[in-house]
Amino acid sequence: MNPYLVLSLLLFLVGTTGFIVKKNVLAMFLCVELMLNAANLAFVAFARDLGHLQGQIFVFLVMVVAAAEAAVGLAIMIVLYRRRQTLNPDDADTMKG
Amino acid sequence: METLVFYLFGGIALLAAVSVVAQKRVFYSALSLILCLGSVAVLFLALEAPFIAAVQIIVYAGAIMVMVLFVIMMLDPFSAAAARDKRRRLTCLAAALGLVALVVMFTLMRAHDPAALPVDAGGVPLAAAPVSRLGQLLFTRFLIPFEATSILILVAIMGVVVLARKRS
Repeated sequence: MNPYLVLSLLLFLVGTTGFIVKKNVLAMFLCVELMLNAANLAFVAFARDLGHLQGQIFVFLVMVVAAAEAAVGLAIMIVLYRRRQTLNPDDADTMKG
Repeated sequence: METLVFYLFGGIALLAAVSVVAQKRVFYSALSLILCLGSVAVLFLALEAPFIAAVQIIVYAGAIMVMVLFVIMMLDPFSAAAARDKRRRLTCLAAALGLVALVVMFTLMRAHDPAALPVDAGGVPLAAAPVSRLGQLLFTRFLIPFEATSILILVAIMGVVVLARKRS
């Protein structure tokens, strides 16, 4: 078993756990970044094992998407704080079914 | 050598990741995430992906995380109060780390010798070859996804401007 994939799995699990237990949208966002990073590590590990650069191209694309996601996510958080004075996602439950 | 690097920086990355989740203050979580991203960048170097490692440091740990830290300082009402308690100790720590960084950079600058870099017959540094192959792939076979990302960035910019503007 490739040790890099094991590390990637562990990082992803830590990120998932944090996303579930955290009660602050900013902290949850950081955990999402952690998961993306774990996925990137897996991509690069596969790229080296299979001897192909495609994996690195995917990492590049993931980083671009992560940058866009960060910008839009942070803007949503600013709007949320401005309107509700809270960062707890449990307080923003207007669309709860 | 690679095993040592893997266990050292893999361990740091994992500890930093746990710290991201364990910290009470979001600001410290973000600082831990920067440490984690930096360690993973070293692992990218070990995995023969120097371009990805550089992008990770410059774009991810640099640009994106600085933006995140700005938003955290703007929104998180608890960060400022908590930081005041420990300011003195953190100032000493920051001064010590800055001094270490200064000594390291000064030593590296003194030791730097451009003539010692490995050069092939064409005068191009050998380490540049895999990165140029990555660029070729990006602009030939993966041209459409690459162009799609530019549209995505444009849409994100417009979305952010619309979302964050003040309602009059």
